[in-house]
Amino acid sequence: MNNINFLKPDKSNLNTFLYTGSFLFFISVLDVFLNSFFKFNFIGFLPNFLSFFMPLILGFIGLHFIRIEYSGIKQLDLINKHINTNNFNAILSLLIIFIIIKSTPPILNWFFIEASFSGDSKDVCTGSGACWTYIKVWMRRFMYGMYPNAEQWRINLSFIALALLGSVGYFATDRFKKYLTLYYVVIYPLIAFLFIFFFISGGPVFFDFSYGIIAAILSIIVGFFIPSKFKFYYFLIVPFALYILLKYFLFFEEYIELGKLEGLNWVETGAWGGLSLTFIISFFCLIFCFPIGMAFALGRRSSFPLIRYISIGFIEFWRGVPLITVLFMSAVMFPMFLPADFFIDKLVRCIIAISLFEAAYVAEVIRGGLQALPRGQYEAAKSLGMGYWKMHIFVILPQALKLVIPGIANTFLALVKDTPLIFVVGLLEIVGMLNLAKTNPEWLGFAMEGYVFAAIIFWIICYAMSKYSYNLEQKYKTDR
Amino acid sequence: MNFKLKDLGPQLVTVIAVVLIFGFFTYNAQINMENRGIDFGYGFLSQESSFDVQFSLIEYDGSHSYFRAYLVGLLNTILVSVIGIIIATIIGVIVGVARLSPNYLINKFAAYYVEFFRNIPLLLQIFFWYFAALRALPLPQDAEAIFGVFFLTIKGLYVPAFIWENFNIFFYSIVAAIIAIIVIRFQAKKLQETQGKQIPVFLIAIGLIFILPLLSFLIGGVSLSFEIPKLKQLAATSFVYDGGLSLPPELIALTLSLSLYTATFIAECVRAGIQGVGKGQKEAAASIGLTPNQVLKLVIMPQALRIIIPPTTNQYLNLTKNSSLAAAIAYPDLVLVFAGTALMQTGKAIEIVSITMFTYLSLSISISILMNWYNKKIAIQEK
Repeated sequence: MNNINFLKPDKSNLNTFLYTGSFLFFISVLDVFLNSFFKFNFIGFLPNFLSFFMPLILGFIGLHFIRIEYSGIKQLDLINKHINTNNFNAILSLLIIFIIIKSTPPILNWFFIEASFSGDSKDVCTGSGACWTYIKVWMRRFMYGMYPNAEQWRINLSFIALALLGSVGYFATDRFKKYLTLYYVVIYPLIAFLFIFFFISGGPVFFDFSYGIIAAILSIIVGFFIPSKFKFYYFLIVPFALYILLKYFLFFEEYIELGKLEGLNWVETGAWGGLSLTFIISFFCLIFCFPIGMAFALGRRSSFPLIRYISIGFIEFWRGVPLITVLFMSAVMFPMFLPADFFIDKLVRCIIAISLFEAAYVAEVIRGGLQALPRGQYEAAKSLGMGYWKMHIFVILPQALKLVIPGIANTFLALVKDTPLIFVVGLLEIVGMLNLAKTNPEWLGFAMEGYVFAAIIFWIICYAMSKYSYNLEQKYKTDR
Repeated sequence: MNFKLKDLGPQLVTVIAVVLIFGFFTYNAQINMENRGIDFGYGFLSQESSFDVQFSLIEYDGSHSYFRAYLVGLLNTILVSVIGIIIATIIGVIVGVARLSPNYLINKFAAYYVEFFRNIPLLLQIFFWYFAALRALPLPQDAEAIFGVFFLTIKGLYVPAFIWENFNIFFYSIVAAIIAIIVIRFQAKKLQETQGKQIPVFLIAIGLIFILPLLSFLIGGVSLSFEIPKLKQLAATSFVYDGGLSLPPELIALTLSLSLYTATFIAECVRAGIQGVGKGQKEAAASIGLTPNQVLKLVIMPQALRIIIPPTTNQYLNLTKNSSLAAAIAYPDLVLVFAGTALMQTGKAIEIVSITMFTYLSLSISISILMNWYNKKIAIQEK
């Protein structure tokens, strides 16, 4: 055995250092572990101060001992490289390990062990943990707001239908791939709009909705037999013609009243709420803010000075004010700007306000993409004889949008995270519903559970979105 | 640039459309206001406001004017933004650097922090801190002192107040120190450029900033004492702290959530900035014999800062705008005091909302002008 220098562990005494080091490290972790899980402190006989810092000191010495360069043991080298490069890192690693061990039991306790899940009244919540019963009882309110219980299948059905229609892109064969853009940009938003405003909102307009669906289905089926040359004009004219035919000539409204056909109950937008409202608002704002933003991004790059200045003014104005004041404006100021007998629904005003607000951000992101494109692309497109619109639609925008996928995803994430702000105008989505439920005299004192629940939901949505955008980015990445 | 007639068409159409929309709005607004008997004007700003604000930096009560109320709100907004920016920068830089750490645990810890706080709506975080976390704090009579002087209670954080004597002299000494440091730095740079001499500017600066204020204590007659908050009984079960400074829980919840949320974005900016400096730069600097400290100070940081600062300023701006969420938890900021209470009282929707928006707008435009100037200053001088 060589002489040992404890300040400088080396390879010649590998085993000694390895065993003492691992033992000390193990002891320190074990102490913290026992301490936090079983309330048992086996170095409690030491003075208070020393006993508190003992695990840290022991662990530090242990990590110091096993910090042997090129030991030849793969795992040891890996550990040293990743958590134990020098003294400072060793201490930080220890602290993080201890924090994780220390915080596990209270979190587990609160979430699961002491929590109450069963029952449907406040009485079961006696433990020190979370009261998930509260969430269970209020679930419908958190999901659907004040929407009547008996009608909630409408929301479910429309969301499922829209999700299915939205996933068409994954199953489309190559033959239909070329129509996908048209489908997602024009047809899908239209169907979604019909669903939301006629199906979820209900009332006599429900029949309009059914006419619309019938017209759409009929025209799509017939559309397969139309030669592709006329397809565009066919889809431009026939569905609307069919719709008008159905509405005014075949099933005119007196007929409905006479035939005792009952429509769906009308549910005013003030009663909508909960998570479904979050989805509805995010969905529509996403759809609207993108084309508006694109238009203003192009406007800001336009060679016409007046259009450029107007675009700059628009973008800088919306980017300069907080969303909450924009919503204030839509609530108290906007009605003043409209004719006295003209009334726009609160929800619609909200969607317009948020869409315009986010459009400014989208515009800036897209402008970044446009600027990042090399000049050669513009010149090449022009030299092929393309005009402004052709050049942008077929050459510039596809490339620019590919570049800015992360930026757009971030803007959309911000949009989803901004939806709770609609409490300003009195619409209650999930966070607003939580605040309402919190003040219910029968269920006082469960604010924490509610916010944690909403946080988990939002976190999942946002995290999924950011991961999806990352995948998109990877998929459309083209190397130059 | 030659003038083309065919360019005029699209521009004219756009301008006419914009003018028509605005004209339509103003026309309607005029008719609506006539119908409701509201007159347009900013004269109400000098009227007596007759409402109270619970937390204000300047002297204010109901007998002051609406303009004063506006100032109170503006100052509160600025207060919360400044504190938030400072804390967010500190956390953000630490987390951003931690994300580049070779230490696996620290790296992951920072990454999880960013992923966690970034993906939860800010409003939800504010509600969480205010309604759930801070409500779990002890009542004033049960609160334990932190370091013997701070008291964290459900009614807010009580900290000792500074009581200065001859504060002016102290302040001037600090100003003098800063000016001296700037002059010395300038001279040192000149010396290095002309004669190649290096002066330890950093040490001198630290010495100056400590010694001059210290001198003001010893010679200038400045003295500082603390007023420590004391528990006072109002009724049988109602206690408050008297003396010292009290920070309301709204302010704490707001700064906490704003800074934790914004720090995640700043962390990403810092990470991107440091990663943006090419590896070759570091190696080249090392190979010409610079010490690691010099590499960091003279090569990495100047280049990284160029990438970091613009997006970070944007985040500062976002934080300032997000501070308007204060209205949700009744922290008396600009939106709550002015666009809330004052609007309710006067009913001057257009005037008040426009003033509020204009304030935020001028704030952000002035910051972005400053940023553009800075960007131009530090941009690489290309030939």
